[in-house]
Amino acid sequence: MADAHTDHSGASHGSVGSYLTGFVISVLLTVAAFGVVMAHSFSPSGTIAAIAILAAVQIVVHLVFFLHMNTSSEQRWNVMAFVFTVLTVFILIVGTLFIMHDTSINMMSR
Amino acid sequence: MLGKLSWSDIPIDVPILVGTFAGAAIAGLAVLGLITYYGKWGYLWKEWLTSVDHKRLGVMYIVLALVALFRGFADAIMMRSQLALAYAGNPGYLPPHHYDQIFSAHGTIMIFFMAMAFMTGLMNVIVPLQIGARDVAFPFLNSLSFWMTTISFVLINVSLFIGEFSQCGWLAYPPLSEQQFSPGVGVDYYIWAVQLSGVGTLLTGVNFFTTIVKMRAPGMTFMKMPVFTWTIFCTSVLIMLSFPILTVALGLLGLDRYLGMHFFTNDGGGNQMLYLSVIWGWGHPEVYILVLPAFGAFSEITQTFSRKPLFGYNTMVYATCSIMVLSMVVWLHHFFTMGAGANVNTFFGIMTMIIAIPTGVKIFNWLFTMYKGRVEFHATMYWVIGFMITFTIGGMTGVMLAIPAADFVLHNSLFVIAHFHNVIIGGVYFGYVAAMNFWFPKAFGFKLNEAWGKRAFWLWFVGFYFAFMPLYVLGFEGMTRRMNHYDNPEWYPWLLVAEAGAVMIALGIVCQLTQLYVSIRDRNLAENRDLTGDPWNARTLEWSTSSPPPFYNFAVVPVVHDLDAFAHDKEAGIDTRAAGSNYQPIHMPKNTAAGFFIGMFSLILGFAAIWWIWWLAAVGLIGVIATVIARSSNNDVDYYVPASEVARIENEHTRNLLAAQAAE
Repeated sequence: MADAHTDHSGASHGSVGSYLTGFVISVLLTVAAFGVVMAHSFSPSGTIAAIAILAAVQIVVHLVFFLHMNTSSEQRWNVMAFVFTVLTVFILIVGTLFIMHDTSINMMSR
Repeated sequence: MLGKLSWSDIPIDVPILVGTFAGAAIAGLAVLGLITYYGKWGYLWKEWLTSVDHKRLGVMYIVLALVALFRGFADAIMMRSQLALAYAGNPGYLPPHHYDQIFSAHGTIMIFFMAMAFMTGLMNVIVPLQIGARDVAFPFLNSLSFWMTTISFVLINVSLFIGEFSQCGWLAYPPLSEQQFSPGVGVDYYIWAVQLSGVGTLLTGVNFFTTIVKMRAPGMTFMKMPVFTWTIFCTSVLIMLSFPILTVALGLLGLDRYLGMHFFTNDGGGNQMLYLSVIWGWGHPEVYILVLPAFGAFSEITQTFSRKPLFGYNTMVYATCSIMVLSMVVWLHHFFTMGAGANVNTFFGIMTMIIAIPTGVKIFNWLFTMYKGRVEFHATMYWVIGFMITFTIGGMTGVMLAIPAADFVLHNSLFVIAHFHNVIIGGVYFGYVAAMNFWFPKAFGFKLNEAWGKRAFWLWFVGFYFAFMPLYVLGFEGMTRRMNHYDNPEWYPWLLVAEAGAVMIALGIVCQLTQLYVSIRDRNLAENRDLTGDPWNARTLEWSTSSPPPFYNFAVVPVVHDLDAFAHDKEAGIDTRAAGSNYQPIHMPKNTAAGFFIGMFSLILGFAAIWWIWWLAAVGLIGVIATVIARSSNNDVDYYVPASEVARIENEHTRNLLAAQAAE
């Protein structure tokens, strides 16, 4: 009976090695983000851009190593859900930037 | 030791609250006493509280929703009475401090604990049956979702008697909701209640998305799926995409309040305008999360009581999906006046107007379904027709508000209040009540009384117009929302009319409770019992099994040949139940108390965090984690129902069926 819960078709599970790889990369990316802020080596806008890029890479690392996203045919639903999520996140982020940029010009809030 | 909590936080000097507490305590003790008297604690615990059966959880969700409706409506009629009194120097009976908590609690409770709980209850009862599944994909998570919602509602009600509730409206806009301007625990109650219930809602979204994608009966392709299931599918997607936004928005507000950060403060680099954008990024999809299932219910009910298939099934599906996508790109219309430029306002105004198109398509589909159908004016159908009229008016005032120039006049006025009650009562609430009348016999095996159902409808319907049409007028006359008292003599008569409407709605609720009482009392009368499992001659799979369904739903998983599978089988003379066949053992989940305990520990965590009792918060958090680990390492979570047991239950149903046919 126990097997019925660990053996779902369509969901590939990672090995200890892949989890460790993902963990090490995540830690490195997190340390790098802290490092960029603490070292003051870039200009403020450069620092924000660097953190944003590191965060985006971190998301991909989590998706690949912890959530086992790949392009195999069994993963069609996962990929579809992921694409729709990306679209929504894109709408929200770009929309918020659009709104807040316009507002800050009009309201001199920045 | 007790953080911020002290005796002065118990409001014994407010007579309304003391009276409410006494009433609630007496009612609560009476219920507990009755359960003890009849010795039902074991039954309640084994069959309901620890149940992972989607039908039982659905019923419990709806009971929770009705309790929340009672609380939310009590708040509503108190506000209406205050405004009917507090005119020209009379301060009314609610001081501003109390009044502000009431309107905040009314909105929060009605959306998160009445509407969301009602919707989740309906989808729990109906969806697995409608797609021919034996339970949801993750039965334990379903139980956990229910308990997270329930304890959050408990937490909100605790705020009545210990401390205070938020005074910042149902969305707690900063900077008012920041520590500087709301130093009390009210906003913390709001944050923790909404966050904890958000966990439950998000898990429900994941659960039902997976159930619909993975567990449909063989042959049921996406375009053969009933419309109600389609709407729940789209709602689940919206829940998964939008509830994390709410969690982040309130999480950042919580960081501001608890750790002195500056995301939305006035100073220290905070920008409170960002909060509006983020929270409405959740708030607008939320409206469609609520109304899409109501649209699904209307579709099922209209086709059943018009005795013909739904007009334009494909367009209904496409309309639902386009609403799902469009609902993510309209959120700015909640704050046109915040100061974005004309190009931003124009974009969001146009997107908002575009949403009216798929919604209009749906209205016409229902009308054409009724056209040349044999419409049966059952009580359920009254709610549907009442919805079509009321919701159309609400939709049109919505399009008016979508015009930025008009919104600058109407923003924050009672016109807005009238508009969203017009769509939420006329659309969401009417839909859920219609659904409850429609699917009640499926859940319990007997019908709801029709005469009391019609009385409830007329009082709600007429009461709604009396209560909210004056608010449109008041909006044009310049009355703003959330006002405690006023001096303008022109407003006074309209507010008296609105009060009369609220009283009618109160009588409507009394009729609904009477309807439940009368139906339960007369449940064994021959004309009320549903022995066949198909009391309305309906079209979808849930009606092919018995009422109430056996805990495994279907002895033999049905095979779907066409859209409206059960209608097709009835016409083709196929026995969907496959009665008397060679039954197989059925794999079912075991009941578990883990959801209940995680809920209780979360309640402790939430309460302790609100009052800064950190040692107790640690106890709650460790309890949650320990229960999750214990549950995860338990492999004894399922069992097989032997084929002989299945045969026994099915044969009994067949006997009932034959007896019913003989009686006819």
